[in-house]
Amino acid sequence: MDDIFRSVVVEAAGIAADHPLAAVLAGRSDVMQLTQASHDAALKPEPPGGLSHAERAALACRMARLNHEETLARHYEAMIPDSGGTQAIADPAFDGADDQRTRAILRHTDLVTVDPKRAAEADIAALKSAGILEPDIVRLSELIAFVSYQVRVVKGLRLMAEAA
Amino acid sequence: MTEPITDFTTVVPFWKPRVTPVELDKASEEQLEAMKVTPSDTGVGAYVLVLAHDPQTLKERTPLFNGIMYSHGGLSRTETELGAVAASLVNRCIYCAAVHSNRYNQLAKDETVIEGIFGAGEDSELDPRQKAIFNFATKLSECPSEAGEADVRQLKDAGLGMDEIFDLVLTASLFGWANRLMHVLGDPIPRES
Repeated sequence: MDDIFRSVVVEAAGIAADHPLAAVLAGRSDVMQLTQASHDAALKPEPPGGLSHAERAALACRMARLNHEETLARHYEAMIPDSGGTQAIADPAFDGADDQRTRAILRHTDLVTVDPKRAAEADIAALKSAGILEPDIVRLSELIAFVSYQVRVVKGLRLMAEAA
Repeated sequence: MTEPITDFTTVVPFWKPRVTPVELDKASEEQLEAMKVTPSDTGVGAYVLVLAHDPQTLKERTPLFNGIMYSHGGLSRTETELGAVAASLVNRCIYCAAVHSNRYNQLAKDETVIEGIFGAGEDSELDPRQKAIFNFATKLSECPSEAGEADVRQLKDAGLGMDEIFDLVLTASLFGWANRLMHVLGDPIPRES
């Protein structure tokens, strides 16, 4: 990823290489490249551990929607495979139905995305009770935290582009 | 059992993990590389050892964090810390708020700004530039973001250049990330214990 204008956040913000803000973004090209590398690490890590790439894409899509960030939601939606049953996760109205593991993951994802200040020890305990291993709790946390960062960079860049 | 701290403070607490940290002597090559651990390094903190469960993300996040917080040009170090504090207040991350308010006070050599913010939040008495920075970082940290055109105009009117506004966007966003790890994966507890 050398061309920051083809990175996910810059494309989602709609800023092209000939935009008045291009020089400002180029001044932080290291940060923009690491943002893209973080996207790849959070969404498509090898090995993925207990959170599949499909689940990660669907969760990211759900979080983008919870943030009313439709452009990023479309980016993540396109990463969800057609088969495998993870599409439902991307719908914020879906609560996991009868699957206890999915229910626990979705409840935690929504809480930490929307209202992180309310997250408490019992919420981590609830993930453990649902059988989610500790390394996967960290992987899920990083995914939620990364998308929360990314949606704000996109929002901020779009506001800057309007004001430039 | 020591109770976690629930009020904002400038005294940096201990961080007690809710997830078992990776044991350093059992860490894989990839985990050691992500933690940037050298063979003689025994002082790796619990936070990094918890994050080492996901070495792929940790490996990218550390240089990203340093690139946003400590690079030259753009927003000053002091004002960057103010943006970090604003986000940490919205997300109620006691640990991050303590670290970055403490650093703000050291850099600014003025404790009244943080005292005011901890006491009155958005209604505190700040100068127009501080107010614009605090206001924007606060609004961007909400979910969904509440930052709008008027907030960017307030930053420009207060004299911030686009490079500085970009750094503020990155800082507030970065703490949307950091707070969701620190506050969710562990508890801030008093140092004495």
